[in-house]
Amino acid sequence: MSIAIAVGLLTAAAVYLFMQRGMVRIVLGFVLASHAANLMLFAAGNTAFRDVPYIGSGEVGEQADPLPQAFVLTAIVIAFSITMFMVTLAITTTRDDDTEDEEESPAKVLAPGST
Amino acid sequence: MSLTEILPPLLPLLVGVPLLMGAIGAAVRKNKRIRHVISLGTLAGLLAFSILLVVVTHDGTVLAHQVGMWDYGISIPFVVDALSSLVLMIISILGIASVLFAMATHEARARFYHPFVLVLMAGVAGALMTGDIFNLFVFIEVMLLPSYGLLAMMGAKLGAHGARIYVSVNLLASTLLLIGIALVYATAGTVNLAELRGAAVEDPAVAVAGGVVLTAISIKAAVVPVHGWLTRTYPMTSPAVTTLFSGIHTKVAIYAIYRIYSLLFDGDEKFLWVALLVTSLTMLIGVLGAIGEKTTRSILVFHMISQIGYILIGVGLFTGLGLTAGIFYLLHHMIVKASLFLSTGAIEETYGTGEIDKLGGMLKREPLIAVTFMVAALSLAGLPPFSGFVAKFSIIQATLEQSHYWVAAVAVLVSVFTLLSMLKIWTGVFMGSAPKDLEERALAYQERMHGKRYLRVQAQAESPTLTIGPPTATMSAVLAGERAVKVPMKLIIPGMLLAAITLFFGLGAELLMTLSETAAENLLNPDGYVEAVSNA
Repeated sequence: MSIAIAVGLLTAAAVYLFMQRGMVRIVLGFVLASHAANLMLFAAGNTAFRDVPYIGSGEVGEQADPLPQAFVLTAIVIAFSITMFMVTLAITTTRDDDTEDEEESPAKVLAPGST
Repeated sequence: MSLTEILPPLLPLLVGVPLLMGAIGAAVRKNKRIRHVISLGTLAGLLAFSILLVVVTHDGTVLAHQVGMWDYGISIPFVVDALSSLVLMIISILGIASVLFAMATHEARARFYHPFVLVLMAGVAGALMTGDIFNLFVFIEVMLLPSYGLLAMMGAKLGAHGARIYVSVNLLASTLLLIGIALVYATAGTVNLAELRGAAVEDPAVAVAGGVVLTAISIKAAVVPVHGWLTRTYPMTSPAVTTLFSGIHTKVAIYAIYRIYSLLFDGDEKFLWVALLVTSLTMLIGVLGAIGEKTTRSILVFHMISQIGYILIGVGLFTGLGLTAGIFYLLHHMIVKASLFLSTGAIEETYGTGEIDKLGGMLKREPLIAVTFMVAALSLAGLPPFSGFVAKFSIIQATLEQSHYWVAAVAVLVSVFTLLSMLKIWTGVFMGSAPKDLEERALAYQERMHGKRYLRVQAQAESPTLTIGPPTATMSAVLAGERAVKVPMKLIIPGMLLAAITLFFGLGAELLMTLSETAAENLLNPDGYVEAVSNA
């Protein structure tokens, strides 16, 4: 239950941040969202088993499911790389990280002048 | 040993070789020619291998290999059946066409262009072959990360919005996919597609989890309630990159929808009405958006959405004929759309704009482009000699067979609108007379893009006797002449090749139809798939 609450809070905060104006806030929202997804992956492996899944440490029946841990490990790296790219996009392309500029649609960018 | 025994252990090469070649290409610092050769060579190899796979799987054979040789259910299986090999074949053709186009526009000179394309191809091959949903997620990311690079690299001059929206929406969809996979693992206990067969029919909890997965993939395929990101990002990069993306990302997502619905849901009929409703809306809203647009590329991008609706009708019907028609439509559409992007892209790259109001008279100026565009546009609208006719005819036949008259009505109505907006491009860009300042603006654009060298070369080609003075004099001399700007042959050829393929698929539809039929049978009855994976 505590994981469910944590996932819920993280998701709510993430959705709130997605709706904000600055790119950096949106990136922070994505950080929280990927935290939520990773916690869900952990929960999928049944959190009743708390022992470390090393061979030789603890009973087999008590050890955590290693597969979701590998999933999370992969997902963390992927989310990290995309977060880096998004942060770079936030600072390199325009003056600031504002996401409500004039040129927001292809119609305005590809056909300037026409209304 | 027969081919069916030799090939499976070679399947990981489809991912490994492009990745390796991409790395080598990135390491080559100066020599761009070596990068061109590496890239085209790898893509040609990919095409050859996928044609071999099509030949081997054309009778319904399913090839499977457990990567790492672990037991069934432990390792990641790579599976190839008729559908995955066909999609891979078409994607390799598109890859070659778009790389040739990018080489002609000089974009491919950028150091990381070819490596990005190759890593993208590795991701595509992996996503098409994998028999495990978590691995599907990983390969979709492998496919997306280089595309972020390509989009941002080539779209920088159009502003940051395209790249920002593209990355944000795709990361959101990926996170949702990850959550769906977590739910599938929690409820069903495995992420292996063969082991999951029919799990969603037996247990509603798995069906909900599968629903989350399908929703996430639908965002990536841009079906209607979640299509806005695509129309705002695909036009915001270079034509070569748009072409590459048009055939790859949404189409791999469509492939995943077909595959997952066939295995996880085992073609369960309970939920098909949802798919039919969504596809009808996608067809209609996509084409209506296209009519309202003003530049060639944004019209074509809205069209893509409408066509995605057509393709997904196949999965919404889930009958033999329906799936066959959907798969045929998928393969036909990838080729035609890419051809359209390339022919209008060639005009855009030469004349500096894709705006319909600022172009005109291209039928006289560029007859080859006009013919290429005409062929692909008529094929898209579904006229008889081309592949689009066969695709649309069989789709409508399949909907009528299941008595879904309203879906058939929408499909026919949308064809009329499709023709209408193709005619809008035709009359605006190709008919009429060229605006007076067309040449002037095109020259200014060329000078900005390629520098003065290009102008001298062009001027000399047009009138060899012309004395080349300082650049400004060249420009005015050229302007005084009749023609200064012309789409070079190397920009026309990739689009023409694809247009020829759509004509070939229209006249020789029997061949592709039979292959699609085999692919549909594999989806309709995935026994062969499950058996191949469990015995590999």
